[in-house]
Amino acid sequence: MTGDSDRTPSDRVDVCIIGAGPAGALVADRLAARRHEVVILEAGPRFDRADRIERMERSIRPSHDLPSVWDMGGERDAYTSTGEWFYPLNNSRVKGVGGTTLSWQGMVMRLHEVDFEMRSEWGVAADWPIDYEDIRPYYGSAESALGVAGASDNPFAPPRESPHPMPPFPPSHSDARFAEACERLGVATHSVPNARNSAPFDGDSKCVGFGTCKPVCPTDAKYDATRTIEKATDAGVRVIDRVPVQRLEHDRSGQVIDAAVYVTPDGETHRQTARQFVLAAGGIETPRLLLLSESETYPDGLANSSGLVGRYFMEHLFAGTGGIVDWRTRQNHVGFLTSETHQFYDDPAAGTERGIPPADAQTAAFTPIKLEFFNYAGPSPVGLALDSDIWGDELLESLRDAYGNSIAMGGLVGQRPRKDNFVGLDSSKTDDHGNPVPRVHWRVDDVTKRSIRRANEIQETILTELGAELTWQVGPEETGPAFHHMGTTRMGTDPAESVVNPRMRTHDLDNLWIAGSSVFVTSGAMNPTLTIAALALKLADHVDESL
Amino acid sequence: MRLTRRDALAALTAAGVTVGGGALFLSTGEPESTADGTAEHRLDESTVRTLVAAAEVLYPSEVEGTEEFVTSYVQGKVEERPDHGRGIADAVDYLDDYAVAWYDAKFADLVPSDRDEALERMNADTAAPDPNGSDVERVRYFVVNELLYGLYTTPTGTTLVGLENPRGHPGGLASYQRGPQS
Repeated sequence: MTGDSDRTPSDRVDVCIIGAGPAGALVADRLAARRHEVVILEAGPRFDRADRIERMERSIRPSHDLPSVWDMGGERDAYTSTGEWFYPLNNSRVKGVGGTTLSWQGMVMRLHEVDFEMRSEWGVAADWPIDYEDIRPYYGSAESALGVAGASDNPFAPPRESPHPMPPFPPSHSDARFAEACERLGVATHSVPNARNSAPFDGDSKCVGFGTCKPVCPTDAKYDATRTIEKATDAGVRVIDRVPVQRLEHDRSGQVIDAAVYVTPDGETHRQTARQFVLAAGGIETPRLLLLSESETYPDGLANSSGLVGRYFMEHLFAGTGGIVDWRTRQNHVGFLTSETHQFYDDPAAGTERGIPPADAQTAAFTPIKLEFFNYAGPSPVGLALDSDIWGDELLESLRDAYGNSIAMGGLVGQRPRKDNFVGLDSSKTDDHGNPVPRVHWRVDDVTKRSIRRANEIQETILTELGAELTWQVGPEETGPAFHHMGTTRMGTDPAESVVNPRMRTHDLDNLWIAGSSVFVTSGAMNPTLTIAALALKLADHVDESL
Repeated sequence: MRLTRRDALAALTAAGVTVGGGALFLSTGEPESTADGTAEHRLDESTVRTLVAAAEVLYPSEVEGTEEFVTSYVQGKVEERPDHGRGIADAVDYLDDYAVAWYDAKFADLVPSDRDEALERMNADTAAPDPNGSDVERVRYFVVNELLYGLYTTPTGTTLVGLENPRGHPGGLASYQRGPQS
């Protein structure tokens, strides 16, 4: 990527995209390939790739907190958390070219068919206005764009038309032991689709096992959106970094956006005009910018005639169980997962004939559950050493005692859309430009807690079958968010019940589109980035048609 | 278990240092000018000697080759990250001042048991590592944790624990698939 110190607006632009994360990058790349003039406005910086190993060291050494790894925090990123559950917002996002893919885990699964039809199939939440078949071809394109290593060995996955671009990562030593125990219990295990190179791909090297995928991969082997930004830039897209958009301005009729007003690092204010605007700033900043863009015509914020901008904020919740076994589990060699099971996704209540008891409630009393087998259970020696208050032989002895026999399962549990979980504005606190900060109001409801308990129950059974002595559990009282921001500008056909239509254009404004997981209607329990990417490619087709 | 130049290379790779050119050398001294006139950043001989002395206490007795490893590792890292080098030098200065005040000798001239005692006496064992903190917190960050990071992100260091490919080391994709007998 080349730097661009000229931060004045571009002339005669077809599309202005706000946000250089995966959604914005993919929309830009696709539209540039169709010869449209595109400019991206990015609030954060363009990080120097040469600094990545130093960032990795920062992530390992205990003196530096997680947000500091990617320079998050301070007045720019101020926020408030006002719900029943504290939300650690700056642990969950990165501002800069590449967005939060700079720090993501890189797990890329397709949503299941049922995720689009929760009202029809389970009688809960809501249906999406599109179904799996509508998005299916875009999933394939997204897997190519992100470079996914995977296999067609998942008996629970939705239908696919072609193999993944790269073969899957082989299973770990502990995966094999998990698979044996699961087979005895009637639970099928399968590979994990990963957006990291199991082989050289598209000019980037294969993974070399630094083991620090999240929060920073120091190589090019894990996908991040800078890869797409580079392609888009080569195709003519202009990326202006460090220019937080302050507001969107509409015309007199209130039908179209005229300009995005942004501020440069030296304090200059500019207006970027365009024919179409794509808001791709993530599940928090996207609704925040709409709310900040209030006007006489739209006193409650742009695209908010439904009153739902920021509402229905959803997350995935972590459920985990771990223990100790009497064999060497060989953990912490790599920082990613190689096996999981979706067996309890479409029907979390179902048991197996050979050991997993059915739940004592119906399917509709749960949310989807995805279960994972860890490759980084227990402490890493370097982490223990740097936190230790002993050294020398005594330290080595304690490391030998602590490392080697840990085993664990994790998992994601979905959360239903609830209007009282929301992202709003907090006018009592302002950012570095005097704007009200985002306010995250969030709690974990009883259905989600019940689903976490169900995940724990299955995990306990599998680990016990494996011979583990259980030593810890993250259940409904200890859980935390998986850092997936969803639902705050939901998609729908009824303008009174949604913010964007099935083409992801806002109901209220003819040239304002929203890319990202904020348009999700339900959360599922799959890591959302592949769906974000697929929807971005779909959105790009619709924007292209409008130009 | 002997630490080697190869381990220093591995540790430097994990620290982001471009190996090759002037990055790995064993000489010490003040910054020198290279043929093209640019300044090289190096720790002086006394600072390196103090770090080696600290490593002899911090590293397990099974580890050999500490002097060569520490010298190569810290000098290579400092050449790439001069600000970090200044932090190390300042922390080592404090360590020496402390040793002189309590033991009438510089840290590297103390017997190992006194070095161990000196670090504990100043609370470097329990202090929070902080590059911008108090003198002791900076000793913990720039001396104790710096040296432990170098050791326990190398395969030689963590193979002692049973892990050939630790976090922060690019050890490839073979080891995670192997069982414990391989």
